[in-house]
Amino acid sequence: MESILTINNLTKKFGYLTAVKNLSFTINKGNVYGILGPNGSGKSTTLGIVLNVVNKTSGDFHWFDGNISTHDALKKVGAIIERPNFYPYMTAYDNLKLVCNIKGVDFSKIQEKLELVGLWDRKDNKFRTYSLGMKQRLAIASALLNDPEILILDEPTNGLDPQGIHQIRSLIKQIAANGTTILLASHLLDEVEKVCSHVVVLRKGEKLYSGRVDEMISSHGYLELKAENQEQLLKFLNDKNIFGKINVEDDLITAFLDEPLDAKSVNQLMFDNGIVLTHLVKRKESLEEQFLQLTDNN
Amino acid sequence: MLRLIKLELQKLWLNRTSKILIFISFILPFTVLILSSIKINFFGFFTLELGELGIFNFPIIWHITTFFASYFKLFFAIVVVSMIGNEYSNKTLKQNLIDGLSKKEFILSKFYTIVFFSLVATILIGVATFFIGLYYSSYTEVSIIFRETSFLLAYFVKLVGFFSLCLFLGMLLKRSAFALAFLFILYIFEWLVFWGAYEVFGTTETAWKVKNFLPLESMYKLIDQPMQRVVMTKYPDKIDLTYDYGVYWYEILIVIVWIGVFTFLSYRLLKKRDL
Repeated sequence: MESILTINNLTKKFGYLTAVKNLSFTINKGNVYGILGPNGSGKSTTLGIVLNVVNKTSGDFHWFDGNISTHDALKKVGAIIERPNFYPYMTAYDNLKLVCNIKGVDFSKIQEKLELVGLWDRKDNKFRTYSLGMKQRLAIASALLNDPEILILDEPTNGLDPQGIHQIRSLIKQIAANGTTILLASHLLDEVEKVCSHVVVLRKGEKLYSGRVDEMISSHGYLELKAENQEQLLKFLNDKNIFGKINVEDDLITAFLDEPLDAKSVNQLMFDNGIVLTHLVKRKESLEEQFLQLTDNN
Repeated sequence: MLRLIKLELQKLWLNRTSKILIFISFILPFTVLILSSIKINFFGFFTLELGELGIFNFPIIWHITTFFASYFKLFFAIVVVSMIGNEYSNKTLKQNLIDGLSKKEFILSKFYTIVFFSLVATILIGVATFFIGLYYSSYTEVSIIFRETSFLLAYFVKLVGFFSLCLFLGMLLKRSAFALAFLFILYIFEWLVFWGAYEVFGTTETAWKVKNFLPLESMYKLIDQPMQRVVMTKYPDKIDLTYDYGVYWYEILIVIVWIGVFTFLSYRLLKKRDL
């Protein structure tokens, strides 16, 4: 597969603080990647380094096949970092004209992209009169001007109202559907779960997981069980070696599966052993639970 | 290079404050120049005509116009300082770099713009001086007209030098107001060096020689004050008034070295900095 960005053992230190520790991953063409991590886990720093605004301490990274300088590569990349940054005294149109001049793109693209994000009729308004949602959409239009091979978004829905969040998410999905590779940094799990196919999980600058989102949820799920005779049920569960951790909360028993087992077989198994269940639910852990497990236990 | 200048001009031209300041720094010296060249009648009591003092004669007019016009550089200095300060406060510097401008290109676009405006200012002042001189001057031989045009070169170098210093201070301090305040501190610092040099060497002559190497003084020294020279032409027999007002190659060289140092340091600063 064609790689777009390769990062090898990247490290960034701010004085005593290590913001990014020995990070390596690769981004391939055509996927939607998420970088997931709590605040201060090094997401923005990592993006800052590959976007040429933060200096790395050690390690290396290269764009595309590695035969191109970073600032030339950035002309094929679209990126928005944190807040939308434009010249407040210029109109949306003039701001995009400036970006066109920097990236060496024809001005005719401006109309196309402003229409895509629904700002064409506000093109002659000054940037400072825009609402945050509009600013964020303008930033996306600006990042798309050069029809980038990869779109990098850092917390794109931060600070937006639900309507704004919905607009941005549907925009991202629309862009991804056109085959553009997307790298999305976020601390919002459902955002990553809804939008991304691959994920890199960071904590305190270290990589905890990288791979497909559905493979990250590696366990076979868990069972929620209730029975009239709880002790008998507990004893049975403890004796069987197909269950891992078992939690008891009042009359509800949560048992984690070590191997695949569907609800029907569980019910059959219990009944065969003389246990009558009053409650049986089989669940898969959500990304959120998985994420909390990953970031807490390490 | 044209692309970089075009970028910067768009940033400046669409900003109302900088547009007004650019306008002032170019139009004001002309208004003063033209006003001073016409005969002013004070309600019939007396007439003031600066032309009669002989200051619009070639070749001294080159000296006088470039000296006084260079004071208006302060207006454009505010533009230079704020064009860096704004990039930091709007975070557009970061966005420019992400959009694919290299750090080197960023500094160069600022530097080229400085050179561009200095060049325009020099050409304008040159043309205006030429015509006012032609109108008023008692001497109009070609050799006399073009005798001291070296002041124009000095004027150009002086502008580029001063604005490069502003560029560096803007990059260093990130805030326009601080950068302008620092200019004043530098002015005081140069006098402290002068005083220190006097304490060490014991003569003002050597102290001046030391001070002439410092940025602000070396720029000022390019065009010496012309008042004494005007008086000199009125009383040619007073020998103790004579002084050396010429433009020398080593004066220009010192300023050019400073220009190089400031531009390079601005680049180094940006390169080392995490945005």
